[in-house]
Amino acid sequence: MIRERLSGNEAVAVAMRQINPDVVPAYPITPSTEVPQYFSSFMANGSVDTEFIPVESEHSAMSACIGASAAGARVMSATSSQGLSLMYEMLYIASGMRLPIVLTCVNRAVSAPINIHNDHSDSMGVRDCGFIQLYCESNQEAYDNLIMAVKIAEKAMLPVMVCFDGFITSHSVENIELLEDDIVKQFVGKYEPEHYLLNPNEFISMGPLDLQNYFFEHRKQLADAMKDSKRIIEEVSEEYAKISKRKYNLIENYRMDDSKIAMVVLNSTAGTAKEVVDKLRDEGIKVGLVKPRTFRPVPVKELVESLKDMKAIAIMDKADSINGFCGPLYSEITSALYSEGLNIPTVNYIYGLGGRDVKTSDIEDVFRSLLKIAKDGKKSQTTYYLGVRE
Amino acid sequence: MAYNLKEVVKRKTRFSAGHRMCAGCGAPPTVRGILSALKEEDNAIITSATGCLEVSSCIYPYTSWKNCSFIHSAFENAGATCSGVETAYRSLKKQGKLNGTKDVKFIAFGGDGGTYDIGLQSLSGAMERGHDMVYVCYDNGAYMNTGTQRSSATPHFADTTTAPAGKVLPGKIQPRKDLTEIMVKHNTAYVAQTALFGNFKDIHEKAEKAIYTEGPCFVSVLSPCPRGWGYPTDMLIEISKLAVDTCFWPLYEVKDGIYTINYKPAKKLPVEEFLKPQKRFKHMFKEGNEWMIKQFQEEVDKKWEYLLTMEKLTHNEN
Repeated sequence: MIRERLSGNEAVAVAMRQINPDVVPAYPITPSTEVPQYFSSFMANGSVDTEFIPVESEHSAMSACIGASAAGARVMSATSSQGLSLMYEMLYIASGMRLPIVLTCVNRAVSAPINIHNDHSDSMGVRDCGFIQLYCESNQEAYDNLIMAVKIAEKAMLPVMVCFDGFITSHSVENIELLEDDIVKQFVGKYEPEHYLLNPNEFISMGPLDLQNYFFEHRKQLADAMKDSKRIIEEVSEEYAKISKRKYNLIENYRMDDSKIAMVVLNSTAGTAKEVVDKLRDEGIKVGLVKPRTFRPVPVKELVESLKDMKAIAIMDKADSINGFCGPLYSEITSALYSEGLNIPTVNYIYGLGGRDVKTSDIEDVFRSLLKIAKDGKKSQTTYYLGVRE
Repeated sequence: MAYNLKEVVKRKTRFSAGHRMCAGCGAPPTVRGILSALKEEDNAIITSATGCLEVSSCIYPYTSWKNCSFIHSAFENAGATCSGVETAYRSLKKQGKLNGTKDVKFIAFGGDGGTYDIGLQSLSGAMERGHDMVYVCYDNGAYMNTGTQRSSATPHFADTTTAPAGKVLPGKIQPRKDLTEIMVKHNTAYVAQTALFGNFKDIHEKAEKAIYTEGPCFVSVLSPCPRGWGYPTDMLIEISKLAVDTCFWPLYEVKDGIYTINYKPAKKLPVEEFLKPQKRFKHMFKEGNEWMIKQFQEEVDKKWEYLLTMEKLTHNEN
């Protein structure tokens, strides 16, 4: 085990060095630019065997990822915001072709207006593209999830997106525990695809026209693969715990044991919210926090299990669906609860868009309003925009 | 070795019969013409842009791509997809992960829509980065797969479904984009323009040079489309020959900056000979539209003169 101080982008680049992928096509975009930059310096110094493709756009980055992965290479890339948006078409093709590409998504707001700071509009905007999505609270989680992502992707035959917050996580330096290079190498192992273009022993055609007779079945296979990936993520996480002593589940429950009030929140804001949970607990107020690690697949069973006895829930969305109702996390989690016959007063907070600071006092306000909802047994409104100026 | 059609047709096919391209279409002979230049012992991975060729050659669970592997991912990205495949090969080979693999060649096919227009950026990137690949454009001068919409490769005045010849407009109002020249300016290792006629010597020799020249190569093949152009299906070779003999489609190549015109017609035919058999140019022959033919001829002459000049200049310099 190596103790280091690294930014989120550095941590991810180090993980990539240790994974030593065969091909990395990438295009610069703030705030993920540093990932290919750090990685290029590893290449320049001969510490990886990777071939880097300095593509002319993110669309071509994902296209080249698809070509290289189909050819039989282990492939990774990184992007953010507009870059992910430009990849949109190719993301669906990567999953539809069942290619285990690992993509770092450093979360940033999507234009317009243009803004380089953090929210989750980018990865939430592509939530139905067939990528597994892993969300990370800290630099440590970004590092760990990226290493696990390689193995999850290859076992599930699905691409994986590792998401963490732009600037807040990508550029902040934190203490981090790294694994030794050879332990990572051993963990990810050799990539041995069953079918690939460069296989000298068979000729294959990939990406056919798939008409009415087959398309539906192929999409169902993709849906099944996503469903089954839950088991794979759990297995890989179990295996990873053995080498790292860090155990990751599909969701993290923070002080939920005797809680009747919960906040559901992704990524770095979970860190801020945990601070508030501790403070309120010190005051004797029983609140807890649920942090989904996977949003694709949706950890329905786990969320329902954690939330079923709550008297009030706040679901925090750092992205808006612009649907006149609520954010994406809210709609899917309340749907999961309703499907299990639970009707718990649940509110939605759209927060922190475009990198707007979320302070502990903002989070505390949310918890305090939940206390009132729990007491009254009803809510007066569903969706709030946290701290926005009217 | 000198070109021998009888020998070439005996080579193992990489594109088998049973595909669903139209009769009289230029794309299948283009593919065969290019792929038959592969050495028997070499392997190849083919990339295709979305288009007629792709949707007609690989319909699940069938494929026409034989004795080679094939990938299609999207419309505008054959250049990038192929560059990914080629890079994977270099990476895995370098790391000793491809034991026993023969030499692999990387060839991408795209129509003019996927090449001149929506795929231009991806193609430009792939050529600029210097991947060891050949990009082949089968140019039928419009978006034929979606029903003959104009592209930037559509000839001046041609009647298409998005630039129809009407009472006010004369068909396409712009001349063609000169993509072959744009590719030359990418410092591409080898650029050639060819067509389907005679005993296929020209396409074969250019394909061979492109495939066996290291670095990024580009070959543009005039690929007539009976539906979009409006000619009888049995006229494929004849119409290609007329394009060449009128100098509408000059056969030339550029290597190391040196232009070589591979065929100079003994008697350069007037453009009418090429235009007349095609329905898409029918309106140009109506009374009062003589100016269109005149202008078309002037544009063809100008390009031909340019090539003659470039050939002279670049050969003199060396």
